[in-house]
Amino acid sequence: MVFDTVLLRFGELTVKGRNRGRFEQQMMRQVQSTLSIFPALTFTKTYGRIYISLNGTAYEPVAERLQTVFGIVSFSPVKSVPSETQAILDGALEVMRSYPDRERTFKVSVRRVYKKFPYDSQEMNRMVGGHVLRATPKLSVDVHRPDLELRVEINEQATYIFTEVTAAAGGFPYGTNGKAMLMLSGGIDSPVAGYMAMRKGLELELIHFHSYPFTSEQAKDKVIDLAGRLATYAGQPLKLYLVSFTDIQTSFTQAKQDHLIITLMRRAMLRIAQQLAESNGALAVVTGDSLGQVASQTLGSMNVIGRALELPLLRPLVMMDKQEIIHIAERIGTYETSILPFEDCCTLFVPRSPSTNPNLRVVETVEAHVPQLQQMIEQAVQETEILVIEPGGTSAKQAVESADWF
Amino acid sequence: MLYFDHAASTPPHEDVIRTISEVMKLQYANPSSLHRSGAEAGKLVQRARELAAELFGVSPKEWIFTSGGTESNNLAVLGAARRYRTRGSHVITTEVEHASVYEAFQQLEQEGFEVTYLPVDHNGRIRIADLEQALTDRTILVSIMQVNNETGAVQPVKEAGRLLAGRPRTLFHVDGVQAVGKLKVDLKSCYIDLFSMSAHKINGPKGTGWLYVRDGVELQPLMFGGGQESGIRSGTENVPAVVAAAKALRLAMESQEEREMRMMALRHVLAEGIEKIPELLLSGPSSDGEGIMAPHIVHFCYPGMKPEVLVHALEKHGIAASTKSACSSKSDKPSRVLQAMGRNAACAGGGVRLSFGDEHRLEHIELVLERLKAVVTKLKPLERRER
Repeated sequence: MVFDTVLLRFGELTVKGRNRGRFEQQMMRQVQSTLSIFPALTFTKTYGRIYISLNGTAYEPVAERLQTVFGIVSFSPVKSVPSETQAILDGALEVMRSYPDRERTFKVSVRRVYKKFPYDSQEMNRMVGGHVLRATPKLSVDVHRPDLELRVEINEQATYIFTEVTAAAGGFPYGTNGKAMLMLSGGIDSPVAGYMAMRKGLELELIHFHSYPFTSEQAKDKVIDLAGRLATYAGQPLKLYLVSFTDIQTSFTQAKQDHLIITLMRRAMLRIAQQLAESNGALAVVTGDSLGQVASQTLGSMNVIGRALELPLLRPLVMMDKQEIIHIAERIGTYETSILPFEDCCTLFVPRSPSTNPNLRVVETVEAHVPQLQQMIEQAVQETEILVIEPGGTSAKQAVESADWF
Repeated sequence: MLYFDHAASTPPHEDVIRTISEVMKLQYANPSSLHRSGAEAGKLVQRARELAAELFGVSPKEWIFTSGGTESNNLAVLGAARRYRTRGSHVITTEVEHASVYEAFQQLEQEGFEVTYLPVDHNGRIRIADLEQALTDRTILVSIMQVNNETGAVQPVKEAGRLLAGRPRTLFHVDGVQAVGKLKVDLKSCYIDLFSMSAHKINGPKGTGWLYVRDGVELQPLMFGGGQESGIRSGTENVPAVVAAAKALRLAMESQEEREMRMMALRHVLAEGIEKIPELLLSGPSSDGEGIMAPHIVHFCYPGMKPEVLVHALEKHGIAASTKSACSSKSDKPSRVLQAMGRNAACAGGGVRLSFGDEHRLEHIELVLERLKAVVTKLKPLERRER
């Protein structure tokens, strides 16, 4: 392995005037905790960047983990050499020789950050290019569309040589923009909504509603697996609230307003979410709603359902197509779990023709006639089961935690 | 008894035995059952899969449980060749593979595949140039063992993988049965598509093995039924063994580096001692700077002496050793592997393998050498002279 260092670049957060220091500190913490399984790594922070010395650690697994850290815009595996002409020339050649020896084009881009370095960028471009060309006959120069761009960045303390720039997750470091509750159903959309919310720097706590015994144990396991996946992106354990929705749901089925049942359920869920949010210091509720996707996600439904909540209701996917959402789900590794065929409480008792344009007044009247609705909501909140899901945690891991069979 | 036959099978770890008996007693439900006990058993199997996959840095869905090394090898070779037959009907392996790979390729020949068997040098290693030359546009599978079970020779798997990396239509299977826990295994950087492993070679239970199947690679099943293991390998999971095997794998993998160093030093002493006995002929170099010999196997010949005689004589002196590989040690034919290495018949018939494990220390190695010398002195008058 020719590369000894990884260079991380931050994006959006560099523009955040006064908050910069805090963001960068959080960024560093996130990177360090995400990479804590690699004990040999050492970290250096400079203006808008982090340098990770690999110290013999393989690059690929480090890169794979870096993809999960929000706030990093891009990163590169780099070779670091002393800022001396001969060392730079030798290093550049070594980097180019790490590629299989075949016909290809390249160009050299030198950036001289350290202005006291004796040669300027143009001179260094020529010197590095010439040195590489002489030693590798199969390479030729193409400054417009090169196969490889050999970048050389001369700083005072060291010079960094690299060819690859890998796009990373972007966004803000986890938790730098406040806290929200995510309604996590187990379907395709809600984990993606959670991912997008975390990417924007929101700290999340997760709420899942189940209707045991109408929903199965496997449905709950599925949500635990999804939470474990999301926790990977948080870089820390996530709280998962499991709320029993059985009583509320069955009482709605007795209201004889089948076409409104989804509307009623969603409103009750938001009320429970609101209470959990308030008692845990969260300032918003995040859902996986996408406009027009199902009956409860028409504009009319959103209007009536959303009014049950006083807190901001954030819908990261609201303007996205299903296919776009699926793409993200596949990329972040939640899709395959999401499509496991276990019923959750939103797919239970679904009426044949749910209302796409519920009337608020009617909904409120029906709610007023459901006996003890408010008490049931309070009770559901009180009886909430709380799990703490580690990054990469799975239901199987959760289940065997106490056994020393492994 | 000094047990020097670890390449054949290993003593199960205490924790492995305990785990098997506890899981067997408590978790008897079928992992596919819907009820809670079933789900619990299912989670044990899933956890075993997650843990094993994690040890190799791969995804749990790339991990198949099998009944052992033989099934893993059969499933990989036959399953891949039959599945991708429409891409081409040429397959490549080596002359020194374990029977569970070699015979599978013989079967493929019966089915009309064209098979190239790569030759090996006097150390039992293939040459990458030979592999390069053998590859054609129709080559769909290359199967190379990482460590030879008879001689301990290590094949250039990484170089082979690099060569095949640019050929997406050629799958790369590696029989890693003798390598796991002894050598570093890096599936990704060696561009391995299929990797076979066995639990009882690493102090785990018999009847349990694993096959790594890289995401995107499909296999035609050998067994059909309830669709377990993503439909690739039906049959109710052997829950206790699968769980205990995961434990054995973890123990083997966690201490791999330390074990490799320790065993390499022991191997060096043993091999050098054998080299100094003039009647014996060591297979491969005694000191190994280039990593071409596995750390836990020493193989040698006694030209002019039937290997069984030597093995029986060693047993009388309290040492358990093997002729050839354990599975073929009862056949009288000269070793296919030794013949491929260019040994003459007198020698190819006379191989003895000493393979050791975690319980062995320098004093055991010295004891073996001492007794081996005594046995050779005793047997020398009975040597059969070449005519």
